[in-house]
Amino acid sequence: MINYWPLIGILLVVAGFALKLNPMLVVTGSAIVTGLIAGMDPVEVVSTFGKAFNDNRIIAIVWIVLPVIGLLERFGLQQRSAAVIRSMKNATTGRLLILYLVYRQITAAIGLHSTAGHPQTVRPLVAPMALAAAEKQHGELTEDEAEKVKAYAAATDNVGLFFGEDIFFAIGSIVLIQQILATYGYNLAPLHLALWAIPSAIVAFLIHSTRLLILDRKLARRGA
Amino acid sequence: MITLHWLYALAGLMFAAFAILSALDRAHSRRFGNAAFWGLMALSLLGGDAIGDFGNGLLVLGLAGLAGFGFIGRSHPPTTSEAERQTWSDRLGNKLFLPALIIPITALIGTLAYNYTALGSYGWVEPKRETYVFLGLGVLFALGAIFAWLRPPAIAPLQEGRRLIDAIGWAAVLPQMLASLGVLFAAAGVGDAIGSLTRMVIPEGSIFLTVAVFGLGMAIFTMIMGNAFAAFPVMAAAIGVPLLIQGYHGDPAVVGAIGMLAGFCGTLMTPMAANFNLVPAALLELKDQYGVIRVQVATALPLLIVNILLIYWLAFR
Repeated sequence: MINYWPLIGILLVVAGFALKLNPMLVVTGSAIVTGLIAGMDPVEVVSTFGKAFNDNRIIAIVWIVLPVIGLLERFGLQQRSAAVIRSMKNATTGRLLILYLVYRQITAAIGLHSTAGHPQTVRPLVAPMALAAAEKQHGELTEDEAEKVKAYAAATDNVGLFFGEDIFFAIGSIVLIQQILATYGYNLAPLHLALWAIPSAIVAFLIHSTRLLILDRKLARRGA
Repeated sequence: MITLHWLYALAGLMFAAFAILSALDRAHSRRFGNAAFWGLMALSLLGGDAIGDFGNGLLVLGLAGLAGFGFIGRSHPPTTSEAERQTWSDRLGNKLFLPALIIPITALIGTLAYNYTALGSYGWVEPKRETYVFLGLGVLFALGAIFAWLRPPAIAPLQEGRRLIDAIGWAAVLPQMLASLGVLFAAAGVGDAIGSLTRMVIPEGSIFLTVAVFGLGMAIFTMIMGNAFAAFPVMAAAIGVPLLIQGYHGDPAVVGAIGMLAGFCGTLMTPMAANFNLVPAALLELKDQYGVIRVQVATALPLLIVNILLIYWLAFR
């Protein structure tokens, strides 16, 4: 008989996020409740949570780029990114982000997914460039419009990463698929799996770049 | 051999500096909260292996309490004004991009050289972690270049780094918390429960509807867990292997590869994938913490439908 009680932990997370409670408290609360429901004693719950946190410290490493990014911002990197775009006659937000989408998909597909990202490239370069292009098309942006352009810059990074990285055969997700299927007796080469990521990558490019071109038209229309 | 622990130490020292600078920042209304928060991160990175599982657990509770009850806040360390930055930008021109490019280029060339030349045979770097090591090396090179060229005050990189990390705040730690929650979910049997629920809604005899439930299940369970990696083993065990591959003789490579990508569509739509969706919202200083997710939904939903169709067409040729 399957025990459905641990699903309460999920309900807590969904409710917490929906009510916009502080996610750090929501996650901790859900972890404690889930562990207790699963029959762990309180010390065991805290220890399991702590061990998992310690095992996942690699996630914190990307923040070492912040001193460099902050230092370059001090010397006007965001202003320079914007100036470059202003000097280009044909730059639009959509075209710029499509270019970044291609770059992100291709570099991720050859295993260089950690070389770009939100702290490394989006905040200092891509977002200010996208904003400058939008201002050229549209004139002064309202706060909501600027928010939207910045959100598209971040979204483009995610779409490019997710639908590029699986074409690289040595990435974690491909290894995971290979290992899971191998436990059922299907021994597949990672390269074979990676090839089947290509159709989705192409469709992801087509859908997202269409949306970027629509964004361009909206910006241009309201600017005129 | 250079291992990840070198990078933990580097990041730990940086967070320790953020903590000390926070404590000394008299203009900051919550300076001791910030000092404690980044101090705990420094302790985790520098001493996490020494304080035991329970000690790490208490450390995490401390982080959650400080963040959840409003003890941390944004800071305003000394930096340049908007006008000064414009002047610097005009004066330095496009050369300003060069130090910014040192980090990705070091990571890129380092990774390629390590994997495709004899360099890798020396075993200097922990296997599979070379990109991170070269990223760290790139940071040090970039700092060196900026100091040699622009001679900022010695404390500037740490103060500017603190300005950015305080703008991100607890969102910088949330991805690691969510990964830990996933471990507890797995230990509690959440995966088995979801798998058995999904099997209940499968209609008999329809390949297409079974594929659709598999794809939707991947996306929805990924949204719950914040991670397609956690969803894949569950959905493979519940539907992918027994029904699609063994029952209907679907191509396992297609079911596996595109099934995972259906899960990635879910990643685009959930706050649980904090490092992709909430961290950039904080990093770009958006008012709406779900702003990035809102923009992504209209790409993710059509893409999910296409992925389901692709499995149906390609796995059952």
